[in-house]
Amino acid sequence: MFEAVAFYLFAFLTITMFYITVTTSQALYALSTLAAGMIFISAFFFILGADFLGAVQIIVYTGAVMALYAFGMMFFDTTREVKEKNGNKYIVVGLSAIAAVMVVAIFSAPIISTNMQAFYPMVEGAGNTQQVGMVLFTKYLIPFEVAAIMLLVAMVAGIVLAGKKMDLSLTLMNAEEIQAIEDEKNKKVLS
Amino acid sequence: MDNAYLIETIIKVVVILLVFSALAGIGTYFERKILAFMQRRLGPMNVGPYGLLQVAADGIKLFTKEDIIPSGVVSPIFKIAPVITAATAFMAAAAIPFLPSFTVFGYEVHPIVADIDIGILYVLGIMAIGLFGPLLGGMASANKFALLSAARAAAVFISYEVVTGLATLAPIMMVGSLSLIDFNNYQADNGWIIWSQPLAFILFWIAAFAETGRTPFHLIANDHEIIDGFGTEYSGMRWGLFFIGEYANMFFISFVIPIIFLGGFGDGTVLGAFALLGKMAFFFFFFLWTRAAWPDVRPDQLMWLCWKVLMPLAVINVVITGFVMMF
Repeated sequence: MFEAVAFYLFAFLTITMFYITVTTSQALYALSTLAAGMIFISAFFFILGADFLGAVQIIVYTGAVMALYAFGMMFFDTTREVKEKNGNKYIVVGLSAIAAVMVVAIFSAPIISTNMQAFYPMVEGAGNTQQVGMVLFTKYLIPFEVAAIMLLVAMVAGIVLAGKKMDLSLTLMNAEEIQAIEDEKNKKVLS
Repeated sequence: MDNAYLIETIIKVVVILLVFSALAGIGTYFERKILAFMQRRLGPMNVGPYGLLQVAADGIKLFTKEDIIPSGVVSPIFKIAPVITAATAFMAAAAIPFLPSFTVFGYEVHPIVADIDIGILYVLGIMAIGLFGPLLGGMASANKFALLSAARAAAVFISYEVVTGLATLAPIMMVGSLSLIDFNNYQADNGWIIWSQPLAFILFWIAAFAETGRTPFHLIANDHEIIDGFGTEYSGMRWGLFFIGEYANMFFISFVIPIIFLGGFGDGTVLGAFALLGKMAFFFFFFLWTRAAWPDVRPDQLMWLCWKVLMPLAVINVVITGFVMMF
């Protein structure tokens, strides 16, 4: 009974939050409801007994949305409405309808075919966290490592984009060139 | 789910809520007295004996003050922001074992609302949501100082979160579980974790100051601008909720540090229970002590400290722990 109540409550809350995220024209509303929706989703993990994933959902998305807030602060006056450019409305409606149909089709396909089987049965006595670890480091090891490499690539790219004078390499320059750069720096400070 | 369990849970929730709301008020009294003692002042003295009723006077003031919503603010977000801080502080308490289990009239009581498998992750995650309160309050206030404070809240958040996670990782590897009760039992058998993880202890302790926004990292509320940062536009009980959230968070993290590193309540005797309360009191006192002794750091210094000093140390600590456990 509690599970049903919790499910419908959080389903309603999540959908409402994301609806506001999409439809509102104020950056602060959109960000706040996005954060709230992401956190409410964790309730479904808790209901399904996947405690670890629920907690990770909370931790990851609070951090991720917090970074979005920072960008929101930089680009908008968050207390005022943003004037949006609405392009061709038919394209938007059409694409979102196709996307919705495809998501429903993908997730309902295994139910119809009744071919769902658990390849890796539950390990007796192992907790929720241990089970996630076992699957992650056996069956899904390669996707896991590839995701790690992707994050590393993104991090290096971010550093290169944000860093100054990244095209210069002090190890490849001789003493005079380095001295010239130093002089340039000192000139700016002195003047 | 039987009725006894349901009633027990509801009673526990109500007790925790009442006790820690009251403690948040009394905590402000302690803070003012201790700060006064360290600065050779008297602190609150006029209301009641030794100023003890100052808490009640403050409570009356907060509850009866007019709740002003300025016209320029984004009012739904402005109104909900203090509630987020206070509510998440108490939600985090659900997975903290405050005392060892005891028996009342033949009925065994576990003083923890929900002993979930992932206790420590849950506590840290929910406490992290608490920082949305200052952030949203600051951004919705339509006030430049409040907006600056919100920007700092975001900076603090992205700095300390990695350090807390990595610092707790090494003890988690040793215990092999995320439940705070398992942490306690492991230490009852094998000795306190602080002796094998002193570095993780210090890192977690430093990060706890950032997590609760206490003084060396109290840069969320722009004290040096003689303004209350995200709380500038707030009045009455909404401001009071921010306050309750901050102090409740201090109490809860003061429980979590001893449970993870200092043996918690030990083997569960009455002595162990008092020892946990004593350790909690020390860590709470230490929050106030630092406030009297240390200046605030700048936001960029905090980020430098967290990302360039504490995080590499935490990673090295995790790697060394892994090697020691493997061989």
